[in-house]
Amino acid sequence: MDWITTVDHKKIAILYLMAGALFFGIGGIEAILIRIQLMEPYNQIVSTQIFNELITMHGTTMIFLGVMPIIFAFMNAILPLQIGARDVAFPFLNALGFWTFLFGGILLNLSWLMGGAPDAGWTSYVPLASTAYSDTHGVDFYTIGLQIAGLGTLIGGINFLATIITMRAPGMSFMRMPMFAWTTFITSAMILFAFPAITVGLVLLTFDRILGANFFSIEGGGNPVLWQHIFWIFGHPEVYILILPAFGIISEVIPTFSRKRLFGYSSMVFATILIAFLGFMVWAHHMFTTGLGTIANALFSISTMLIAVPTGIKIFNWLFTMWGGQIRFTTANLYAIGFLPTFVMGGVTGVMLASAPADFQFHDTYFVVAHFHYVIVGGLVLGIFAGLTYWWPKMFGRLLNETLGKITFWFFIIGFHLTFFVQHFLGLLGMQRRVATYAPDQGLDELNYISTIGALLMGVGVILFLINVVITFRKPADAPNDPWEDGRTLEWSIPSPPPEHNFTQIPLVRGLDAWWKEKMAGNTKMTPAEPLGPIHMPSATPLPFLMSVGIFIAGLGFMFSNDEFGNGFMNFLFNNYIVVIIGLLITFGSMAARSLFDDHGWHIDPEELEDKGAKI
Amino acid sequence: MTSPHTEAVNGQLPHEPEKATLEGRNKVLGFWLFLGGEAVLFGTLFATFLALRDQTVEGPTANDLFHLPLVGAATFILLVSSLTSVFAIQAMHKHNVKKLISWLIVTVILGLGFLSLEIYEFYEYVVHKNFGMTTSAFSSAFYTLVGFHGAHVAFGIAWIGILIGQLYKKGLTVVTAPKIYVSAIYWHFIDVVWVFIFTVVYLLGKVV
Repeated sequence: MDWITTVDHKKIAILYLMAGALFFGIGGIEAILIRIQLMEPYNQIVSTQIFNELITMHGTTMIFLGVMPIIFAFMNAILPLQIGARDVAFPFLNALGFWTFLFGGILLNLSWLMGGAPDAGWTSYVPLASTAYSDTHGVDFYTIGLQIAGLGTLIGGINFLATIITMRAPGMSFMRMPMFAWTTFITSAMILFAFPAITVGLVLLTFDRILGANFFSIEGGGNPVLWQHIFWIFGHPEVYILILPAFGIISEVIPTFSRKRLFGYSSMVFATILIAFLGFMVWAHHMFTTGLGTIANALFSISTMLIAVPTGIKIFNWLFTMWGGQIRFTTANLYAIGFLPTFVMGGVTGVMLASAPADFQFHDTYFVVAHFHYVIVGGLVLGIFAGLTYWWPKMFGRLLNETLGKITFWFFIIGFHLTFFVQHFLGLLGMQRRVATYAPDQGLDELNYISTIGALLMGVGVILFLINVVITFRKPADAPNDPWEDGRTLEWSIPSPPPEHNFTQIPLVRGLDAWWKEKMAGNTKMTPAEPLGPIHMPSATPLPFLMSVGIFIAGLGFMFSNDEFGNGFMNFLFNNYIVVIIGLLITFGSMAARSLFDDHGWHIDPEELEDKGAKI
Repeated sequence: MTSPHTEAVNGQLPHEPEKATLEGRNKVLGFWLFLGGEAVLFGTLFATFLALRDQTVEGPTANDLFHLPLVGAATFILLVSSLTSVFAIQAMHKHNVKKLISWLIVTVILGLGFLSLEIYEFYEYVVHKNFGMTTSAFSSAFYTLVGFHGAHVAFGIAWIGILIGQLYKKGLTVVTAPKIYVSAIYWHFIDVVWVFIFTVVYLLGKVV
């Protein structure tokens, strides 16, 4: 119950982490099934229909429900600490964002149990996603589930933007913010401008499917390429929404374990902004083969290649940070160092794909699959593992086991390269993506076999990580404030895990890497920026949970509103939109309750803080 | 961090009560950010409409449908409601709660007037002009864009209605003031979107 009503950003972070882990596991199982099916030619482990559902759900789950919440978990857990804030700007909305995300994800995954998962690919291209080609409710689960989950992401983005703009500690100017805070800021801005586009796209597709609208049906005058434009004007920025936080994590881990400040801090900031800006300019590079014309292809080709410049700046800055540093090869740092060459390889194949004429060859082959998995798994997931290992003691008060962590790292990274490196060649040999099987003796057999073995090794790596987590939780929570001893940013100046109010006194920031600066000045704690006083805290509330339940019910009701049930009562409930109305009443009722009854929260008294032996 | 107060600071409300607390300032800032997202949302809907506005298949075209005097009247009503919401905010800055409530009520009534005209317009199209959601890509784009705006108006009316109730119950405080200020920004935003709809959908529809 405590967890359902919480508005504490650190608890919401743990909720995000658990939900992300759950969906990551589901997406991972789907991936392993795909690889087992493709292990040998003419395999019939799953039917082609199930295969279509597996590839669709694997992509959708991993992008929207697996890695996004884990990124949000880090942002929630660490960002307020890094900028010296007691909380996020809107604690209530923070909880609402999590619950809408979770219920959207649950709705999407219910499709497995309720008559067929979405089967039109994670991009849901029309006309494949139209009722003519996909006549189960699968794509409806996709549109409505993602709509609800996307709402949560948008809320989270706005929340972080407001938090960073208004709640930085005194002295924490923008150019003194840690890189992870910067990437959170830029990522949130991208979420704000990218997600409404997919909101509209999903609405249009829903209307086409449920209300019989004609946005994408050619007979009705609609235009399927319109879907691609809307999808990718969101979808391309989404790639950077995913990878920028990983850049942020790497920019925290490498300096800490090199005992050096981040090389080229300000160029890192501007590279981040430039990547975000260019990320919005290149969506049509996913559409070179739709016939946009040579001029459009050339422009989008060049703008795409431009992104290599700020990305290269970042890579070299990380290398220069390590150069001459006292590098410690902890597990977190292994992931960060493993990230560098892997991500560069993903970037190089990105430049290859950005060349429009070459893309006509690579299009829809495993070369593309290899490219984006190098970016998203080799970039983002390694970044996530680095962040998990690095911030685990701060979030839970316990250090993960280092030896087991290193074994996990080697399993994962060897498995990763085995899986995806060979897929470049599979693609060049002509193996198509999204196809359930292939003929033998085309030179594809051995490489596919190797790829599947690699996927299984990655699976072993993930299981080892989970074992590590279980082992760690059996130990007492006794991690010190600054367990890595070389912590540079504010989160390492307070206890692990932090108290509910984060900072008893808001710290005064006197430079970049605020905590490192104090340590170098010989101080054992931050200089407070304010006298000890009562701390205002928001109250716990079940309303965000109830609102999300309402939206969930309404979504289900809307989806089945045209269905013929065997049962007269069910027909009555769904076909008259009664279920929709009940759901919306719950949501709007909760909103009205929130509006009419003010809740002023509560205060922690200074005396109470001293009783608890408050640090700082 | 400033905590919210039910009563005014030192028994006196500051000139701009919506910006008196950190919560209030956050609310205003967060809302501006939200409107940035809304701008993208409507931008995408406009792009969709522009891409599909000539795809009428066999159905009615914009020129067959639109009746500019009716739309003009609706536009006038909505623009005036923006003005009355400005008066409401001015009254709030002078701490005149009575006037504030009155202007908000006028705004809501004008909003209802606009919404009734729109419902009447849609009703005419569907029943007498044989122009429904499924008629053509143009009709789908039209109803989605204009309907989304209409839904925003309806939401605004309900929201400001609840705020009027709050004002009666709690009066003007540093807690209620940011809500009223934010709802006024929202109302202006709806108005601005309508100006674009009037131009892009209706005027352009009559020209070509």
